[in-house]
Amino acid sequence: MWQALWDALHDKGLTVMAVALDEAEAARPWIEQAAPRYPTPIDREHRVAELYGIVNVAQAAWIDEAGRIVRPPETAGRFEAFRYRDPATGAVPTDAAARQDTAHRVYLDAIRDWAEKGADSCFVMTPQEARAHLERPTPEVARAHAHFRLGMHLRSIGRTPEAERQMAEASRLHPESWAIWRQAAPKTEDGFAADESFWERVRALGDRPYYRPTPMAGMPS
Amino acid sequence: MTITITILSDHGSADVPAARTDGAGLWLRGNDIERATGWALKPEGLCRGDVCLPVPPEARAAHLRDGEADVAALWRRMGRPVVESEGRDIWVLGEAAGDRTAALESLEAPDFALPGLDGRVHRLSDHRGEKVLLTTWASW
Repeated sequence: MWQALWDALHDKGLTVMAVALDEAEAARPWIEQAAPRYPTPIDREHRVAELYGIVNVAQAAWIDEAGRIVRPPETAGRFEAFRYRDPATGAVPTDAAARQDTAHRVYLDAIRDWAEKGADSCFVMTPQEARAHLERPTPEVARAHAHFRLGMHLRSIGRTPEAERQMAEASRLHPESWAIWRQAAPKTEDGFAADESFWERVRALGDRPYYRPTPMAGMPS
Repeated sequence: MTITITILSDHGSADVPAARTDGAGLWLRGNDIERATGWALKPEGLCRGDVCLPVPPEARAAHLRDGEADVAALWRRMGRPVVESEGRDIWVLGEAAGDRTAALESLEAPDFALPGLDGRVHRLSDHRGEKVLLTTWASW
């Protein structure tokens, strides 16, 4: 998804770091197929999610040349079109698909503007705005990440049932995190955490969003 | 009970032979504490870099003895989560919500070091001087 952007903007001093909140072997086929020239580090313990308050993919933060956050993590050009699909056919209605295209385009245009204008881009937040959009962890969230890390470690040494219990506890403590839940969840044959328990959890959202709304003018809702 | 314990912290992962668990406590020798967590046990408390977290005199008897310290208790005193495996052989010494919040409020992007598929380590700070779109994805 990001290679074309990187190709166009790398000369203007912008790079992409696409962190896989995932296990290496699950991420490998995707990376090998995309063959990106930008770095794709593997974060099996979701350290970056803990550090930045990330709860879902694709969330992205903008970091300037001096290492300062100028846009805190936000949904990066996604619209939850999948929630509008026809349950029988799986087809996504045209208007939902169009909103997905708009979200994608608006986000990429904003990045291009930033690459071009730097700190003068209207998409660069003031420190006050950036702080207002930060996700501050609660003690429960901090504890959830500790349980998740233990769960992933237990999984890596084959103590699977105990690993599942740790991940369940992580999810209980941090129910907002789709990343924790989906990493732990049962996968369908094609590797997606999209079995009935996923759809049940999505339905339980009711009117709440799956992807948090991006605070950017022109984003569809 | 004295067993080999794996400690996971922001300092990485370390195995500590001859660690001792006792109630809710995890007793480690000073040099093991430093190796496992990056924090050094000094007479006044735990220190890392130029930061020292003093252990008040009234708490010392409970948490410090003979070059050993109950790191689980010291961690909890700092408001940090401590999580252990059912067999008490793997411990996560986590980070406090308050510390994370303060770090984020500074708007300095937290650095990290993570391996690529080829094992090469990538750091956010490798890209100082560039704009970085730090994005996340997953196969799931």
